[in-house]
Amino acid sequence: MTTTDTAAATDPALASAALALGDDALVLAQRLGEWAGNAPVLEEEVALANIALDLLGQARVLLSLAGDEDELAFLREERAFRNVQLVEQPNGDFAHTIARQLYFSTYQRLLYAALAAGDTPLAGLAAKAVKEVAYHQDHAEHWTLRLGDGTEESHRRMRTACEALWRYTGELFQPLDGLGLDTTALEAAWLDSVTAVLTRAGLPVPTGSRTGAWRAGAGRQGLHTEHFGRLLAEMQHLHRSHPGATW
Amino acid sequence: MTAGTAGTAVTAEAPGTHAADAAAQAAREAVFDAAVAADERIEPRDWMPEAYRASLVRQIAQHAHSEIIGMQPEANWITRAPSLRRKAILMAKVQDEAGHGLYLYSAAETLGVSRDELLDKLHTGRQKYSSIFNYPTLTWADVGAIGWLVDGAAITNQVPLCRCSYGPYARAMVRVCKEESFHQRQGYEALLALSRGTEAQHAMAQDAVDRWWWPSLMMFGPPDDESTHTAQAMAWKIKRHTNDELRQRFVDIAVPQAEALGLTLPDPDLKWNEERGHYDFGPIDWAEFWDVLKGDGPCNDQRITKRRQAHEDGAWVREAAAAYARKHTGQPGEAQA
Repeated sequence: MTTTDTAAATDPALASAALALGDDALVLAQRLGEWAGNAPVLEEEVALANIALDLLGQARVLLSLAGDEDELAFLREERAFRNVQLVEQPNGDFAHTIARQLYFSTYQRLLYAALAAGDTPLAGLAAKAVKEVAYHQDHAEHWTLRLGDGTEESHRRMRTACEALWRYTGELFQPLDGLGLDTTALEAAWLDSVTAVLTRAGLPVPTGSRTGAWRAGAGRQGLHTEHFGRLLAEMQHLHRSHPGATW
Repeated sequence: MTAGTAGTAVTAEAPGTHAADAAAQAAREAVFDAAVAADERIEPRDWMPEAYRASLVRQIAQHAHSEIIGMQPEANWITRAPSLRRKAILMAKVQDEAGHGLYLYSAAETLGVSRDELLDKLHTGRQKYSSIFNYPTLTWADVGAIGWLVDGAAITNQVPLCRCSYGPYARAMVRVCKEESFHQRQGYEALLALSRGTEAQHAMAQDAVDRWWWPSLMMFGPPDDESTHTAQAMAWKIKRHTNDELRQRFVDIAVPQAEALGLTLPDPDLKWNEERGHYDFGPIDWAEFWDVLKGDGPCNDQRITKRRQAHEDGAWVREAAAAYARKHTGQPGEAQA
């Protein structure tokens, strides 16, 4: 990793927080990129690609605070990635993708709003990103309503997806060193927001555990699900095949 | 041309008799022909010959379908792009293509057809898309070659369409061409990076250009003496140049670009002809062209199967959106096809 004279270089805690948040955005952008050409309507081709692009943009800024964006994205192995497990979950059907977007974009919006109001070197980035993630959250909420309160089948699928991904949401609220965030307050606000949307959509709020067996918060420590290795293999293959090349 | 001029007056004056109908028809045709001759734009509410309408529907739909199917060969590399910058550029490009599809379906809808109807025709093989997208993207360099050659050929075809006689199509093309030019420059730049990169990268770029050159020349359609639609389309000022004219223009532009890239074009007959002021080039394999057009290209089945699959997999989502809209707005809801 080449660490340059960025703010991160002088503050390892901040660099490691930027890496974690950058990995979240990068991995979710990769998942959303898999939708290209497969969306249920053309408007969603545009919307999902747009969200993926926003996330990729965030990832590039955040990873650059921690080092060289391409070295970090393409040359780290699975155990060195710090993203939460939620974002590496497979796309599944459209309902799974929307449930993942609902959980994650609600978190990101609250997180960036708090960071934008703070005084860390991430405040500027957060102020820009919060506008993007407000759109992502709006998109996810609208689809949660349409699917939850659409047809019997869409309701069933959306309910299944919300329940399946619920266990990955506790990990979002582990404290990240260097950010000075009140994660307890963040978590309470997240639960309120998600509960309100699910309720409006006529969907039950899942009742299962929000941490699963990985109570320690595995993703942030480089412990990932089995899906993740394949995601990286695909993402990194070409870059790794040509060591030192520029593109 | 504006709505409700001579056509309306004649219709109001003499309904009922055959002679009057014929006179009215002749008057409407005269107004249309005069508008086309004067390089005026035909707008959706204007009277137009049925054959003109059908020809535009066919061409605009085929163009829209090409944007949508054309997402596939490039989307094939989104998850594998070798740098984050290239990944962002490629994602943005594929997103633009979906946007172009949307503009073009909207332009087609002004002619009285629906997007659902056109998509159905694409899915059942009753309408075509550009033959070029039936070729596979086998390496990362193919993404660059598509940007340079395929988008380059598309722009050569589409810039004259910005002056097409049908207003909504012409206006859509102005927007499409701006974005396409941007993509083409990015493709060229990606290929240049490969050409000047390592030996393996240079070889990858050359291989991609070798595979995409001839299919790109085929994008201009059959030779003029075999093109069934050209004469009429030119008379109506839908098309402004023949297939062979545009193909020659593209070759003349591409050859110096290839030289600047440091890559060769796979045509031993390619050489400057001082007398004509153009590059001469070798014969195109028209048998391959017709095979691909008929559905026997390398990826025809794969492309259409994937498109149909996306549409079928998304049916429950579209139904949910429509049901939700009915419940909450009392509106009939979105597309259900």
